[in-house]
Amino acid sequence: MSEYYFNFEKQRPRIGRREAIRRTLFAASGLVLANHISFRAFAGAPTARAKAVIQIWMWGGPSHTDIFDPKPDAGYDYCGPLKTPIETNVAGIRIGELLPMLAKQADKYSIIRSMTHGNFGHETASYIVQTGRQPGGRTVFPCVGSVVSLTKGYDAGYKGLIPPYVVLTEPQGRFDEAGFLGAKYKPFATGGNPAQTPFAVEGVVLPGFTDQHQKNRRELMHHLDTLAQALPEDPQVTAATQAENMAYDMILGNGAKVFDLSQEIPEVRDRYGRTKFGQSCLVARRLIERGIPYVTINYGGWDTHKENFQVMRRQLPDMDKGIASLIQDLSERGQLDSTIVWWGGEFGRTPKVMWEAPWNGGRNHWGKVFSAMLAGGGFKGGQVIGASDAKGEEVKDRPVYPVDLIGSIYAQLGIDPTTKLPNPEGLPTFVMPQAADGIKSGGLLKEIMSA
Amino acid sequence: MKPSVGTVATRTCEWLALLIFGTANVFAATPFESAAVLPPQNKIDGLVFARLQELNIAPSHLCSDPVFVRRVYLDVTGTLPSALEAENFILDRSPDKRRALIDWLLARDEYADYLAMKWGDLLRIKAEFPINLWPNAAQSYHRWVHDAIRDNVPVDKFARELLTASGSNFEKPPVNFYRAMQNRTPSGIAQTVALTLLGERAEKWPTNELAKLAVFFANVSYKSTAEWKEEIVYFNPASTNAGALNGASRPAVFPDGEKVKLSPDQDPRAVFADWLVKDPQFAKNIVNRAWSWLLGRGIVQEPDDFRADNPPGNPKLLAFLEKDFVSSGYDFKQLYRQILNSKTYQLAAIPQSKSPEAAANFAFYPLRRLDAEVLIDALDQITGADEKYSSAIPEPYTFIPDNLRSIALPDGSITSAFLEMFGRPPRDTGLESERNNRITAAQKLTLLNSTVMQKKIESSRMIEFQTSSNRAPADIANGMYLGILSRFPTAAETKTAVDYFQSAGKRQGSVDLAWALMNSTEFLYRH
Repeated sequence: MSEYYFNFEKQRPRIGRREAIRRTLFAASGLVLANHISFRAFAGAPTARAKAVIQIWMWGGPSHTDIFDPKPDAGYDYCGPLKTPIETNVAGIRIGELLPMLAKQADKYSIIRSMTHGNFGHETASYIVQTGRQPGGRTVFPCVGSVVSLTKGYDAGYKGLIPPYVVLTEPQGRFDEAGFLGAKYKPFATGGNPAQTPFAVEGVVLPGFTDQHQKNRRELMHHLDTLAQALPEDPQVTAATQAENMAYDMILGNGAKVFDLSQEIPEVRDRYGRTKFGQSCLVARRLIERGIPYVTINYGGWDTHKENFQVMRRQLPDMDKGIASLIQDLSERGQLDSTIVWWGGEFGRTPKVMWEAPWNGGRNHWGKVFSAMLAGGGFKGGQVIGASDAKGEEVKDRPVYPVDLIGSIYAQLGIDPTTKLPNPEGLPTFVMPQAADGIKSGGLLKEIMSA
Repeated sequence: MKPSVGTVATRTCEWLALLIFGTANVFAATPFESAAVLPPQNKIDGLVFARLQELNIAPSHLCSDPVFVRRVYLDVTGTLPSALEAENFILDRSPDKRRALIDWLLARDEYADYLAMKWGDLLRIKAEFPINLWPNAAQSYHRWVHDAIRDNVPVDKFARELLTASGSNFEKPPVNFYRAMQNRTPSGIAQTVALTLLGERAEKWPTNELAKLAVFFANVSYKSTAEWKEEIVYFNPASTNAGALNGASRPAVFPDGEKVKLSPDQDPRAVFADWLVKDPQFAKNIVNRAWSWLLGRGIVQEPDDFRADNPPGNPKLLAFLEKDFVSSGYDFKQLYRQILNSKTYQLAAIPQSKSPEAAANFAFYPLRRLDAEVLIDALDQITGADEKYSSAIPEPYTFIPDNLRSIALPDGSITSAFLEMFGRPPRDTGLESERNNRITAAQKLTLLNSTVMQKKIESSRMIEFQTSSNRAPADIANGMYLGILSRFPTAAETKTAVDYFQSAGKRQGSVDLAWALMNSTEFLYRH
């Protein structure tokens, strides 16, 4: 298909006989997902470890070899100036040199260095990583956030005013997050900027408006809603009234307090970093404290075709501060055990640097192997799953496909993989793909899950 | 809005004169109904009212002129009438003014923009995932559809061109019909054809029926060229999908059971197209969609779910529209004109019957929230604001002019947070139900309390005009009502507004009044 920039399957080198035997022995590598029933071992509410997910979406595809999978021995053409990875607080795990704060938290998270799907286009790769599915057919599947919104949201007894699936601060726009589940399960995007005071969450906080003024103009609106008065029983009118009441409960009630960062002590805010991303991490922590089950921080700026290293030096300290503080804070508050922090983007980046103009030290898209990070929610910390080869170009060990990571998250949340997803065309669709869907799998992340 | 309201004071006098001395035409129980008696206008009314009588359901009153002008502008052009347009129509005393307005609107550019948007949904015109037409192709396809609608190309010809086109996605726009689907196998294409052109869900057919239809698309092939993202759609006699070629003709069966022999040198798509446009289901699908776009629900509902166990609510009406459409030469504007001129279409939104069957039998015009695109265009028209769109497409950059209206967006991948929130269809499947016009709390938050809305209102040139001169509070109310709700306020409404100005001040009062009217049911819903 035309939007494939590069076809991984065709260009992948044939594996040798010894490798083939090894893969058979380890049995987990590159199998087609055998049967969703095999996920049953982890299903059911009693084994649910996690209550919420904070997804840090690295929009654009972050450079795996500069972050969680450094390759200092690959030479200057691969690591450029970032050639001295740092030790973490877990013996044997080293990460990129621009992440000193995350280095002190490595015992609390695990790194997956063998993520793979082989797709090099933003949209398609975003879809694969966040749904675990392959594109094709007429069906667009929902992403993890929408599935959680379905299984842990209003249909499952969630009663909060704030919708169960929140995006800080803008939606991705790469594909329709809710897929066939429809608009009801789309994320609520806050807009605004949490590093500013007040954090003007669109629709919730309107700077310069007193409660009295809000009440006066609402009364005016009701007086003048002549058509609604003529149609008191119309289902559209009653639905609108209901929605309006919910909206005002947010505007005038306590719902909006969760976004008021002035309630945090200044030192805590400083620790997260007074940037849009840093403060988004803090808001995310406050949201899951109020019971919101899924928060995505949409963190852009990682599509570093040009001047990759300048971008890394500028942005990684911001990322380091925000995520390390979030993990530390969740841990100190005893919330890390019930909260999954999932870091990752749609793919990694070309390990070999393009020094020539116009890239000037840039990196392109790379879907053959890339990294992801998981913390909390019952996932063990201090582990590394899988490996890339010496240059970070291929999976060397234990491929992890997006469906494996997503399935593991569902398992920790206690979401039954065989739960039916309501489909407007009446198709049989489930939380996890079925054998017939032909999705490749390397198996759940049992290495870091306690059964 | 142009500050045309300088004449409003005089016009208001005329209007008052009408009220005092004039006909019953202006007054009814609500500003939304007319006491005038309108006889049935055409065969549509005969069939609808006969059915209502059978069921003992009283139809609504006729809608008032202000309701009509607003309704027909929104339904035909997706565009709000300006204050001046609304005022002129309301004060026009010629008896045939509704018919004249319908003809005038069907000739407007916005008619083509708006219907191209609707067809764009059905045909999934979108550059990016999962349709992946690519920006240049999405633009050229949209342009082609738009122009066909503007020129009122007969719908049978339009469908035939979609089905039989071959060539480059950039140069032969209709070939994109075969590209705008995720599943490009013969049965995937057949499924899309069934949905789009027959209004049927092939996945509900008996299993072998889809395979029969797929035979006609077995020779569709795709190939790329040296030009980036160019793709050629062509008739490939050697396609492996078509089975072994032995020079003999292949048997095939049309969906209605009629048999045909396909000779190996013949593009089966053309054979199918010949059959399709003569099949009554093709015309039924088109007229039923047109009906649902104007009346809020299909005679068969959902409008793209024809099947034996989902019969039409009024079979005679569907049969009449189908025959009339075919004998008009598949003239879509004529079809619209027929429906728009019917009394049925011109009924008020206030039901006179509580029968649960009233809605399905078109006893009143149903409330529907404005489409996302129509709503944002209306807000921007009143306030003079522009919408900013974004596109996830990294390159080639699509040029999006600043003043481009949302209904005229060519490509489903070009979007804005507002459009997403208000349920614009993702254009993934082509199902009518992809468009979601249900109100949510998040939408209410945006409309009631967002900085986006507040900025639009506060920087509105209309409010600046209304409050700048020494205009009397009642005149301000008149101007705002005409601009926002396309009508004059009632005496009670004027009093409410004037009292509010007194307590809040003229400027703040005007801002709040505009806000209140833009949040009213009357503004947010077709009615």
